[in-house]
Amino acid sequence: MSLLELKNVSKIYGNLHALDHINLKVEKGEWLAIMGPSGSGKSTTMNIIGALDKASEGEVLLDGVDIAKKSARELTNIRRDKIGLIFQQFHLVSYLTAVENVMLAQYYHSVPDEKEAMEALERVGLADRAKHYPSQLSGGEQQRVCVARALINYPEIILADEPTGNLDEANEEIVVELFRKLHEEGTTLVVVTHNPEVAEVAQRTVVLRNGKIDHESINENFTGRIKHITLQ
Amino acid sequence: MKKRQMYMRMVTASLLRRRSRMVIALLAIAIGATILSGLVTIYVDVPRQLSQQFRSYGANMIITSSGEGFTQEDVDKAVSLIPKDQLVGVTPYRYDTVRINDRPVMAAAMSMEEAQKTSPFWSVEGRWPSAEKEIMVGESVAETYNLKEGKRVTCTYAPEADKTDKKKESKQEEEDIVPDNFIDFTVTGILSTGGKEEDYVYMGLKDMENLTGSPTVFDICELSVSAESKQLSSYADSITGKSDMMSARLVKRVTESETKVFSKLQSLVLLVTIIVLALTMISVATTMTAVVAERRMEIGLRKALGASNQSIVAEFMGEGLVLGAVGGAVGAVFGFLFAQAVSVNVFNSSITFMPWLLPLTIIASVIVTGIACLLPIRSATDIDPALVLKGE
Repeated sequence: MSLLELKNVSKIYGNLHALDHINLKVEKGEWLAIMGPSGSGKSTTMNIIGALDKASEGEVLLDGVDIAKKSARELTNIRRDKIGLIFQQFHLVSYLTAVENVMLAQYYHSVPDEKEAMEALERVGLADRAKHYPSQLSGGEQQRVCVARALINYPEIILADEPTGNLDEANEEIVVELFRKLHEEGTTLVVVTHNPEVAEVAQRTVVLRNGKIDHESINENFTGRIKHITLQ
Repeated sequence: MKKRQMYMRMVTASLLRRRSRMVIALLAIAIGATILSGLVTIYVDVPRQLSQQFRSYGANMIITSSGEGFTQEDVDKAVSLIPKDQLVGVTPYRYDTVRINDRPVMAAAMSMEEAQKTSPFWSVEGRWPSAEKEIMVGESVAETYNLKEGKRVTCTYAPEADKTDKKKESKQEEEDIVPDNFIDFTVTGILSTGGKEEDYVYMGLKDMENLTGSPTVFDICELSVSAESKQLSSYADSITGKSDMMSARLVKRVTESETKVFSKLQSLVLLVTIIVLALTMISVATTMTAVVAERRMEIGLRKALGASNQSIVAEFMGEGLVLGAVGGAVGAVFGFLFAQAVSVNVFNSSITFMPWLLPLTIIASVIVTGIACLLPIRSATDIDPALVLKGE
């Protein structure tokens, strides 16, 4: 059974089909990149997978459970328990320190544990910046705090929406390297990006166009943990 | 770390590290609490202040005799029913008719010291009598007999004064008449009140005893009591109930004026309090709405991370309630200073700090802030994380 499966998923706003009968599977431990031009439905797909939005039609099976039929409260619980989110604009709470921002995810999930949060920051190489506020961190550092926050509750899947969109090349490389490390550790990653360099390090790439899957490809040079991924 | 600790950390961090916005909300609450606390202090303390001020309008209770008068002992017994700290003055009066230039004039004898307490509004040109053979005369009497301060006047007392005006019926009767008593008094002051008090002459009790040759028996007793009308009535009832010879009643024109002023003042304070609370609520609600609006992204993020609506409500309400409590505490202190300034400037006396007002002001501020936060927080829970995180 796939960790995530989208069956004939559509998202309709009035007359606009933001997503038009999408079918997509993500296996446990897979690293998938979703690409496409603006307006192709990348963010909509991301929101639906991330339980931030509901599909108008179709099924969204996460761990075998159709989250398309869930209430807003149930979606909140799913986000809290199963999903780690990383955003292009980082979205850190400005008045909390780096470690407090990581603990925020723990707070909503279970019990805040400063030691564990510090370990998460250590994994992203920011242990020495734990007591700094977001305004005292560089863009790359802020995104690494987001990565630590996303992985702190050991989610089933980490969704990253344009995670390198606001980063320079050096920081982009650091974040990609972090993803590589997470994938090595068995984390399932779905990365939405329009940056081919970020997409090409993923295991598989799906390209969306006009709300439909245009094509997909497997990275033949992928050296990561799960090598045997097939085109759907 | 426990969840509660993290909750407190988030609430305090939000308040302390986002000072500029929170200071505005805190200021609104503190000003509201200051006025609330100040007005409640005035509301509670001013009746006491006014009650003392009203004593300048004279006695508010009168004890009359139901029989042949009463003694000082009877007065002491009656007065013992009133707490000493409420008793401003007690003046028993003895009245009798004396003659000046062979014409009858009503004379009142009393303790001059006590009379000054029960009748502080009396205006005396000259001074009050302070020794024997000194007399104060009403303005009307002074005009009639052309009396002035420092002049001497002889008062005579005929033991059977009612008979002296009648034609002597027989020579024998003429021989039986007891000679009149008289005392030469020095006029120390002329009394003007604008009332019937100006038709009297006033002397000490000892002089009256010497003039009449009879021991003091009082006709009435004036009391000035610092109490509200209900309390006064209960004192009057107890005095009347305890004695067969004495009957106490309130001086209605004074007590009714007091009651009217109190009730008007209380209505005014209540009205102002309601307006202040409403303004505070509007101000806090506006500030909290702005706070929610500027933190839409953060609320969206929290929801994206799995925060339930209850968590969002708890966090924002926590901030609001902390602001309410701090603003209330600040307001309670400044409210006391405000009330103190009003009291000193208007009533020339200071007020006492009422410790119970501190928790009361804090609780009221917390409740007002909580209510004011309801709508803005409700709007916070309606935020769609997918929309705000995209920047819409």
